[in-house]
Amino acid sequence: MIQIFALVLLLQSVDLTPAQEMEAAHLMQEIRCVVCEGQSIADSDAALAQDMRLFVRTRIAAGATPDSVRIALAQRYGDEVLMRPRLTGRTLPLYAAPVILLLAGGLLIGVASRRR
Amino acid sequence: MIAEIGRFLVALAFALSALQLLAGWRAASAGSTPAMQIAARSAYTALAAAVIAFGLLIILFLQSDFSVAYVAGHSHVDKPLFYKIAAAWGGHEGSMLLWCVMLVAIGAALARFALKQDEQLKNRAVSIQGGLQLLFLGFLAFASNPFDRLLDVPLQGAGLNPILQDPALAIHPPTLYIGYVGLSAAFSLAVAGLIEGRGGRAIATALRPWSLFAWTALTGGIALGAWWAYYELGWGGWWFWDPVENASFMPWLIAAALIHSAIATEKSGNFAGWTAFLAIMAFSLSTMGAFLVRSGVLTSVHAFALDPERGLWILGIMTILAGGGLTLFALRSGKLGNGDGFALTSREAFIGVNNLLLAAVAGTVLFGTLYPLIMSAFGVSGISVGAAYFNATATPFLAALLIFLPFAPFLPWKKDGFNRRLALRSALWILPGVLAGLWAFLIDASPVAIAAAAFAGWTLAGVVTDLWHHRVLQGAAACFSLTGRILAHAGVVAMALGAVADSTGRPETVRALAEGEQIGIPGFTLTLDGVRRADGRNYLADEARIVVENGRVSELLPQRRFYTAADTTTREVAIQSGFGGDLYVALGEPRARDDGEIAYEVRVSFNPMVWLLGLGALLIVLGGLSASIGRALNGRRAGMMP
Repeated sequence: MIQIFALVLLLQSVDLTPAQEMEAAHLMQEIRCVVCEGQSIADSDAALAQDMRLFVRTRIAAGATPDSVRIALAQRYGDEVLMRPRLTGRTLPLYAAPVILLLAGGLLIGVASRRR
Repeated sequence: MIAEIGRFLVALAFALSALQLLAGWRAASAGSTPAMQIAARSAYTALAAAVIAFGLLIILFLQSDFSVAYVAGHSHVDKPLFYKIAAAWGGHEGSMLLWCVMLVAIGAALARFALKQDEQLKNRAVSIQGGLQLLFLGFLAFASNPFDRLLDVPLQGAGLNPILQDPALAIHPPTLYIGYVGLSAAFSLAVAGLIEGRGGRAIATALRPWSLFAWTALTGGIALGAWWAYYELGWGGWWFWDPVENASFMPWLIAAALIHSAIATEKSGNFAGWTAFLAIMAFSLSTMGAFLVRSGVLTSVHAFALDPERGLWILGIMTILAGGGLTLFALRSGKLGNGDGFALTSREAFIGVNNLLLAAVAGTVLFGTLYPLIMSAFGVSGISVGAAYFNATATPFLAALLIFLPFAPFLPWKKDGFNRRLALRSALWILPGVLAGLWAFLIDASPVAIAAAAFAGWTLAGVVTDLWHHRVLQGAAACFSLTGRILAHAGVVAMALGAVADSTGRPETVRALAEGEQIGIPGFTLTLDGVRRADGRNYLADEARIVVENGRVSELLPQRRFYTAADTTTREVAIQSGFGGDLYVALGEPRARDDGEIAYEVRVSFNPMVWLLGLGALLIVLGGLSASIGRALNGRRAGMMP
């Protein structure tokens, strides 16, 4: 009961141009909600995700580039909020894996085809 | 009393599985007919015991017998009848019992239907399946028994998560489990074949129908889960690359690769080792799926049951399955025999590319899902791998699959088959490809999505040509097989186009609306007409009346529910489906705005052409069923190859 009628938080709104709106929406898909870790902030219901969405919209409205917003969020909440990890030494294997799998598999097929 | 009988039956099934393991082994080694009969009868009796045990668990739920811990934890007297029954498999212990029922059913089915012409291999497979039953029934009896009693009997059950009270989610786990556990048949047959030193062809022939059926059920189960996520979780998404979703996607990919590679192995002996390897991996990954869901090692929105101790058990089972299976594979794969080899544009080569891409996606998903875990084992934390990574890496591979798909049905086995006729034929596929690409371009798709759409159009034309060219095939079996192939491939095209439409980003707006206020997204104007109470049997609810205008006027009634017993709030979204897509409205929390009005957060999105995804899944399932029927008809005429 209380939860239904709880009257909290003011919903602030920021006006964005349609292009900025798209940019913000795209960015939100790539930021992980710190509360519900499986979801992006675009999908999450958590209050913190709402704050993070507001932060993204405010910064985009102020003319910040998506990359700078990403960096700002990663600095504040840690690298784990980035759903598409940045390419660093620690994530190199992650991006190398698909390529290696493809090459190794291709080699296997090549070997298989030559057997007579 | 009922719970004690249930306990006894689980123990009985466990003991009978041990008998099935030993007698089946003896039957295979000594060719003993009495031993074979003992193994078969153990399997049938174990099935009867497991099914009755499951029935008893349902009765305990119907009686709301809260002296049983599992019932107390997952039911409530106020719960609707259907969900009391569904709760029997809604939690860990019950779902594990269901898993065991299916595992034992596969054991009985192997004993009854498999391999009439090769009893030695069949007995070995029945024995191996008995071993699998022993592992999982042991886990059930000792570490997660649904019939455990409580010392302090509560007056009321702890209910069940209300978002799980849903028809699609009630049938989602059983369907998924038929798929997961069905793959155990392929595992047992492959392991039995390796032990017996059978050639790759015999193994592939034996495991094909089982894999096909299991894969079909897995497709249906995953689709039901995605559908549920779409309309129940209220986020408007259908696939989140969540670890638990990935856990079901990996065996699906591997099984999809398996049903294709097994065809090539059966025809020409090529990919013999690879087929056996996939059969072992498919069930191992299914078990890992259960491990990921149930152990809570990975943080996930779906991990409703968190229990590391049980995870340890499943990890042990995993080690035996994957470790044992792969060790056996390494020792014995030499006996599978080499294939005849194949040319660059033979059907084998294209099936090889299909397998390469499917396995690469599965490998990437596996690596991506486990990477944070691996890195944290090395003390590196803070790495997160999410949807954006999987979309960037897996999607191009899946799109590439479509380029090669339409050629395969026109290519001969072993020999080069790319001739002038096929070149001319494929030229006809270009125009539909261009049109589909153009469509994707017009709906503002990303470059990868435009390419995927073009490939999908190309593939659709190829599938139609396949149907046209092969329609004259003789016989009912060939007819069902062809229909299966056409439907499943058309389903893949529909899913690809649906995913492209979805990837264009759904127009979406969230706004706090007071009564009488409007919210708009391109093409629609929505007015919040009013909010009223709409309480149900075990929940309180606010229901908004939202008037939709898009040329004509209609209304949508999204709800926000508060389940008193579970102390949980859920959202019942309202969806208006049309050809162009779904208008999707969710009602959020009421708030006081700075102008003093009470406003409800209303979230509106338009999800383009979601029906394509549903249609695709349906076609794939129908295709799988049709191909299974074709397989069964074929099996009747013993010795005849399709």
